[in-house]
Amino acid sequence: MNLTAIFAIYRMEMLRFARTILQSFIAPVLSTSLYFVVFGTAIGSRIDQVEGVSYGAFIVPGLIMLSIMTQGISNASFAIYFPKFIGTVYEILSAPVSFLEITIGYVGAAATKSLFIGAVILATAHLFVDIQITHPLAMVAFMGLTCLSFALFGFIIGIWARNFEQLQLIPLLVVTPLVFLGGAFYSVSMLPPAWQTVTLFNPVVYLISGFRWSFFGLADVPVGLSLLAIAGFTLLCLGIIWWIFRTGYRLRD
Amino acid sequence: MAPILEVEGLQKRYASGHEALSGVDLTIEKGEILALLGPNGAGKTTLISIICGLVTPSGGQVRVDGHDIRHDYRKARALIGLVPQEIALEPFETVWNLVRFSRGLFGKPRDDAHLEAVLRSLSLWDKRDAKVHELSGGMKRRVLIAKALAHEPKILFLDEPTAGVDVELRRGMWEVVEGLRARGVTIILTTHYIEEAEEIADRVAVINRGQILLVEEKARLMARMGRKELRIELQHRIDALPDRFAAQGLELIHDGNAILYHYDTRGERTGIASLLAELAEEGIVLRDIVTRQSSLEEIFVGLVTEDAA
Repeated sequence: MNLTAIFAIYRMEMLRFARTILQSFIAPVLSTSLYFVVFGTAIGSRIDQVEGVSYGAFIVPGLIMLSIMTQGISNASFAIYFPKFIGTVYEILSAPVSFLEITIGYVGAAATKSLFIGAVILATAHLFVDIQITHPLAMVAFMGLTCLSFALFGFIIGIWARNFEQLQLIPLLVVTPLVFLGGAFYSVSMLPPAWQTVTLFNPVVYLISGFRWSFFGLADVPVGLSLLAIAGFTLLCLGIIWWIFRTGYRLRD
Repeated sequence: MAPILEVEGLQKRYASGHEALSGVDLTIEKGEILALLGPNGAGKTTLISIICGLVTPSGGQVRVDGHDIRHDYRKARALIGLVPQEIALEPFETVWNLVRFSRGLFGKPRDDAHLEAVLRSLSLWDKRDAKVHELSGGMKRRVLIAKALAHEPKILFLDEPTAGVDVELRRGMWEVVEGLRARGVTIILTTHYIEEAEEIADRVAVINRGQILLVEEKARLMARMGRKELRIELQHRIDALPDRFAAQGLELIHDGNAILYHYDTRGERTGIASLLAELAEEGIVLRDIVTRQSSLEEIFVGLVTEDAA
């Protein structure tokens, strides 16, 4: 394993993050505050509690998930798309590094950025509502795995995209609707029975449910199923990336 | 001398069906400078891209210092530095961070002294903290070279290194290349400027339509394929050459004010002495005589045109 190369890629990506640290810090704080004002105060005043948890606190895991999923995708997709766009990808492809080392470097950095943003949102949420974390280790594990898997997914999108429009296509048209419809701001049990069945086909439901369980001990689907879903998604993404580097798809031809 | 690069039967057929390389064989020895010449679309960049790992070959083999580029890619690629044709640099990063990144990417431990030496040799040390977008075009090209040298490669590929740069900077680049050769780095250079190959290459390879047409020492190539011409400027303009000169292939040029005579340097006799005597017999008075060796460019154009025919 070429650890020096992994660190070089990781460091370079984190340097880019450091250049925009203020933006990276302020944006999630602002958006979280807005969500609390709109959802927590305006809507929350009409919803007393959800399964014994105040609505303001109930939406915190969903808010964190929404941000780390979208940030994981955008950070990782941009990280590999930008070198392709400006041509510097030649250096990565001509270096004595394996696909796994390249992936660890880029995806590791993107996941770190998402974790940072998740932590900022959690800290901001503390200013608005009281939050209890029933299973802190599970919370960290769910958050880490989600950051990792969605960064892997973003990495695939970044390799696949041929232009900026394609780079935005899947996050905007697929991921954001799935997250909003995945129980970020409501419990699946609040839906009519037919929609409860439909929503179980949304993979994001399993991630948000497991994450919310780590906070309040409440889950829409069994926690084991949530872990299985996230592990399966991670493995699927890793498999696709392995195939991309083996065939050179959109990289070496 | 032992070969540092061996290319055998290298083929590349793109998905579109275009055959960029059709069985290229090439051997490059340690410490030499090889100029790879060819018209646009000849296969130069594809050949370099395959050797460096940017493009997957359709067939054939490439070994770098004995290491196969596919099965032993780590060892093979660690020996190669690539300076691409296009200026491809992260615009908001500093020169220092970029060269440090390149060294780390190739798995080499941090060595600030080496990076400093590289930057100094390319007159970039004063710009180490400058961001790329603040640099001139010539400096950016040198940053590309610095990045390629950061991991101490044994072979350096320069793909059109002086494309679009001014004459002064081009000469500066040649000095850099000479300096690298002095340190034992093997250099493979593609260029559109034949003058560049003529100036710095030890050997010349000509590629056209995906095939190597020839590989030869530059001096030997120019002696073998080069022709000389003799231009005789006349004291008085003439309307036509006397008939006796028709068989000698003389040309009347400059509106009858000069005569052009082509001759082979390898011939036993050049025929110059007898020609001058015959001109004197015809009463043609000479004003000046100039000889000129045909350039590598003329040889190159001749080869490629011949291949196309």
